[in-house]
Parts: sequence; C-alpha cells; structure tokens
Amino acid sequence: MAYAAGVDVGSTQTKAAIVDEDRKIVATALIDTGSNVVAAAENVFEKALKESDIANEEVEYVIGTGYGRYRVTFGNDQVTEISCHGRGAVHMFPNTRTVVDMGGQDTKAIRIGETGEIEDFCMNDKCAAGTGRFLGAAAAALDLTLDDLGPTALRYTKPVKISTTCTVFAESEVLSWLGKGKKVEDILWGVHESIATRSAGLMRRVGIQDEITFTGGVTRNIAMVKALEERLGKKLNISDDSHYMGALGAALFAMDRIIASRQPHASAEAAQ
Amino acid sequence: MTTETPSTCDIVGRGNRDGAQLFRDWFTELGETAEKGEQSAYVFVMGSMNEILKTFDLPVVFPEINSLQTAVRRVAGDFLSEAEDYGYSPDICGYVKADVSVQLRGGEHPMGRIPKPSIAVLTNACNTYVKWAEIWERMHGCPMFTLDVPGTRQAGTQSWPGDQDFENDRRYVQKQISELITLCEQVTGKKFDIDKFREILRHANTMSVGWRRVIEANKARPAPFNALTDGTIFLGVANGFRGTREGADYFNDLVEEMEYKATNGIGALAEEIYRLVFIGVPCYPIFRRFNELFSEWGGSFINSTYLWFASGGTNLGFEYDLAKPLESMAEGTLINVRDAMDSMFHQDRMLVDMVDDYAVDGVVYHPIKSCRTVSTGLADSRGYFAAKKDIPSLFVESDMMDSRVISEAQMKNRVDAFFEGLASRKQKAAIAGKEN
Repeated sequence: MAYAAGVDVGSTQTKAAIVDEDRKIVATALIDTGSNVVAAAENVFEKALKESDIANEEVEYVIGTGYGRYRVTFGNDQVTEISCHGRGAVHMFPNTRTVVDMGGQDTKAIRIGETGEIEDFCMNDKCAAGTGRFLGAAAAALDLTLDDLGPTALRYTKPVKISTTCTVFAESEVLSWLGKGKKVEDILWGVHESIATRSAGLMRRVGIQDEITFTGGVTRNIAMVKALEERLGKKLNISDDSHYMGALGAALFAMDRIIASRQPHASAEAAQ
Repeated sequence: MTTETPSTCDIVGRGNRDGAQLFRDWFTELGETAEKGEQSAYVFVMGSMNEILKTFDLPVVFPEINSLQTAVRRVAGDFLSEAEDYGYSPDICGYVKADVSVQLRGGEHPMGRIPKPSIAVLTNACNTYVKWAEIWERMHGCPMFTLDVPGTRQAGTQSWPGDQDFENDRRYVQKQISELITLCEQVTGKKFDIDKFREILRHANTMSVGWRRVIEANKARPAPFNALTDGTIFLGVANGFRGTREGADYFNDLVEEMEYKATNGIGALAEEIYRLVFIGVPCYPIFRRFNELFSEWGGSFINSTYLWFASGGTNLGFEYDLAKPLESMAEGTLINVRDAMDSMFHQDRMLVDMVDDYAVDGVVYHPIKSCRTVSTGLADSRGYFAAKKDIPSLFVESDMMDSRVISEAQMKNRVDAFFEGLASRKQKAAIAGKEN
C-alpha cells in the first residue's frame, strides 16, 4: 500500500494529511506555523506519521501547498492552495462547484469544475479584512479565545453593525462599542456579519454555483457558518476535516502522481 | 558588388539593443537642453502632438515615462515619499507624484536632468492629465494647452471619415490644432513651417505602419517578442522619436527583425506553452520579476492593451495624407487618441476580435491602485469578455509605481493558480481530442 501526503503551510497554522491508495484520509495533523516555516512543515508531517503509524518511506509522494509550499523541503512538488482546496472540496462533497476558504491571512472564493479544476477564483487583496485575522483582532480586543468566539456571538440579541473593513481599526471599533455599553455577543455577531458580507462579495465576483463548500480554519467557528449561510441564503457543506481541505487536496494530487507514474497513459484526473 | 544578407546575430535582439541606445540618447539630449536652459514641451503618451511640437524643434518630455523609469530603477519609493511629504495623498497617481518630486528636485532624475517645460500639451484621454499639467502651470508658469478629442460615444459605435459625426469631430480637432500652432509660435518665436511638418508626418507614417506590422508579427507561434518587456522598449522609441528619421529607421529595422523571427520560428520564449494578453499598465517596481512569474510556466505575453493606448493609438497604422497635412493630422489625432481611450475603456471588444487570430490561451487583467482611469471598469470588462469567449483570465491587482501595495508572494500564488487551471484545461482538451 502506497501513501501520499499533503502539507499545507498557512500563515497561522500548518496542516498535514495522508491518504491511502483508495484516497481515504488515514491521518491529519495540525500545528502553529510559528517563525520557522521549514520546521513547521517537518514537524506536522512527523506528527501525521506518528498518528497513523506509517513509516516515512511508505509515503511515496508529498506535495506542499499554502504560502509556505516552497519551504516544504522534503516535498516532491508544489501546488497552490487554491487548486488544493478545490480538489479537496470536490473529493469530500462531489457536487461542490463553489468553495469559500477562510484562513488566517486570506479568504478565497473559488469556482470549480466537476473534477475540482479551477474555473475562476478571487481573493482578498493586500489586506486582512474579512479573514481569520479579523476575528483574531476582535477576540484580542474582547479578551476571548478563538474557540469562544462562535458560541459567544450566537448569544446575540441586538447586533451592532461594524463599519470598518480594516483589521487594525476593527479592534478600536470593537473597543468603542464596548465603551458605549454594547454587549460582547452583539458586537461579536456584528464582526461575523461584517466578514460574511465581504466573503459573500468575493464569491459573487466568481459567480456562486451550488453546492458551496466552506473550508479552512474558520469553519470551526459556528457563528461564522451561520452568518455566511444567512448572507448567502444557502446551506454550506462542512466537514470535520474542512480545516485540512488544502492538505487533503495536496495529498490527493500526490496520490494522482503516484498512480500516474505506474500507468503511462494517465487518467484525466491524474498528473495535474 | 555583392549584397550581404544580414545574419541571425545581426538581426535578433537589435530592436532591444538599438531601442535602449536611442532611449539613452534621448535623455542625454534632454539633459543638454536642461543644462543650456533651452525650451522643451511636456507631453503625454495619449496624444503627444509630437508632429506639431517637433516642427518647432521643441524637445519632448514625457513625464509618464520619467516616472515609470524611477520605478524600473527601483528608486520610485524615494520620489513618492518626497511628494507625499510635500502634501500629496498616497492615493494620488504614482506617476504624478514621482514627477512632482522631479520638479521639486529641479529636474534631477536617475537618467539625467529633465528640462523645465516651456509649454505643456495634453489631451482629455486621461482625466489626471489636466490636473497634472496644472501643477506645472503653477510651478513653472508655462502655458498649458488641452486638446479635447471627442471619444467614442458608446462602445462599438465609432464614426469614420465620411460620417457626419466624424467630420464634425475632425473639424473640431483641426481648429484646436490651429490654436496649438499659434501658441507654439508665441512660445518659440518661430513661424510654423508646413514643409518641415510634412516631412515629420512622413516619418510618423513609417513608424505607424511599422508599429502595426510589429504587433501583427506576434500572430506567429512562437511569438517573436514579449509584449510586456520587449514591447515597453519599443514603446519608448514610439513615443520619444515619433516624427523623426531615427524613429522611422528604427521601426523599419524592427519590422525586419520581428518578421525574420516569425518566419524562422524564433520566439521570445524558448518554450512557449501559453499565449497571453496583458490588459493594463505594467508592474514597473518588479518589472522583470512580474514577467518571470508567467514565463516560468511557459506563459508568453503576445499582445497588450498597453502597446495600444501607451502609443497613443498609433498601433492602428494610420497614415497621414501628406497632401492635406493639417486636415489629416486632425483626422489621425481623432482616430488614434480615440482608439487609445477605447483600448482602456472598451478593450473587451477588441479582445473578442483578436483572440482567434493570435491564438490566445489566457488574458491577464492588471488593475493598478494608483490609476483609476485605466483600472475602473476592468472587472466589468472582464465579465463581458468571459461571456463572449471561453478563455480563462486572471485578475491580479498591484501598482505601476508603488511597491508598498505590491505583494510578490500573493501575486505568485494567484499566477500559479491561474496556470494550474490553464494546465488542467489543456489536459482535458487533449483528452477530449483523443477520445473524439
């Protein structure tokens, strides 16, 4: 049995996924990226190997993805996380045609074809408005952990409207609402709505087509899921492994390469 | 006596080499003009009126080109900061701000000293031109002349010689050209010489016809020149040397080089895999690197709207009628400047018409933060193009001057994803071809 791995080096967290020849996930792992990107990639891969009890030699092909994809020094190739999220999403939810990936540094809207190939995509520009970082800034201002954000926000009764789109200014706006006596949950829901509005805008730019799959670290935030679904008026596909979607897509591409190397006449899916 | 045929080494690369030399010569001449305190004309790429100004022996200064050169030479940051310290907002056009710094520094520029303007001539092709020239008017007290060129009333509805609308517009432009001649006579103290003007038009004709043929040479596969990198060198000569014998000779040579390369299968890229069209203004702060992001994937820019509008629309190959020089100058100005504007605002229609001839695989839209004129509407234009042609496109935003808003890592991510999509598409098409 051969295995393939994907290592997704993001701005905040680094993820790894290992798949078998049946393209089933056999291991996932996650660590904070920190300042040493090369070490983060190595450590997360080691962690995934340990979790699955698979030897390093059994992993025949590794693809790096994410901003640090070229720092996965033990990898065989690199593929952008845009392609990887598309591939992972359509693997997990075959009817996916639109992917919204919300990570620490950027939010991407990706329109894909039947096999997950990119048809169009759009990302936030050189600004972290509407990304996980925006939520991080709000959490810091309110002295909450990231895990507390969603459940707290869902207790809202009278949501406030966050007018800024700047992550830096969001913090001061949050503090100013606190100063006016607004409740934490009402402010937080406003933050979530603000991000959902920006993300929906990105998705409209590429053209929203059903089904929509939500990927990236922010999928764990239940308030974000609700805010996005309300904004779009549609249900989103989410799985427990949505956080690993980029790494999964990379692992699937890696498995394609393994299979393609065995068959001279590769299939349509293979060898992208 | 035998006639020797030029060899490949004589021809290939000549356009870039000679273009760079002419460019240096031009700035040397401008430096001499500045040192002597002689007159010069400040003009813009979209409607330079080179033909009139050179009749009065006025050296032309293109502040847009001066500014972009600060970015290419990686000193734009200093120039932009100085203009911002002076009071200009970070959101103002980067070209304007770099030029303001040049003026504040008394003409100091990385390529030499720039003379002060004796006259500023502009068209309405860019809405910033007017405000920009007003700065010189205030700083230097020079007269500014605004040539109002009627644009296309509605996309796809251009009028042509013989149409009533066109003839009305032509007369309107011709009247303004007469006023410009009068102003030039006042500024220089020289009388307008119609024979000299006719000779300048003749050289401009050679250049226009050559420019069109050069661009069309890129229909060949592989494309003989890179529209983004090589093309920008050609543009420098097209603007600075329009109406001169050197400019005409250069473009004759360039046609020979490009048609030679096309005939002999010599491409700008060793292995051309994807043929791309570039929409917008180049990313000058990382000029070479920006192109490499595409060439690393086998992407070659085979055409660009920049070659169209930044040459003032002279890519159309319009030829002046030397028997009716002033009337024809008005006609050419109207057609060329209008086309330059259309290249910015309605380029989707031009693209739709050209993609088959040029075998285009993808289109790269490059909106820039500091130029709303050329960037506003690109998203809409892209949508129109996508509805007409099933050709993938990339939308990647940066700036033509300001490295503060350029993130190479983010740009590379988008470019790589674009090519991954193109590769997947090519592979599917190949498989579908095998199955059929």
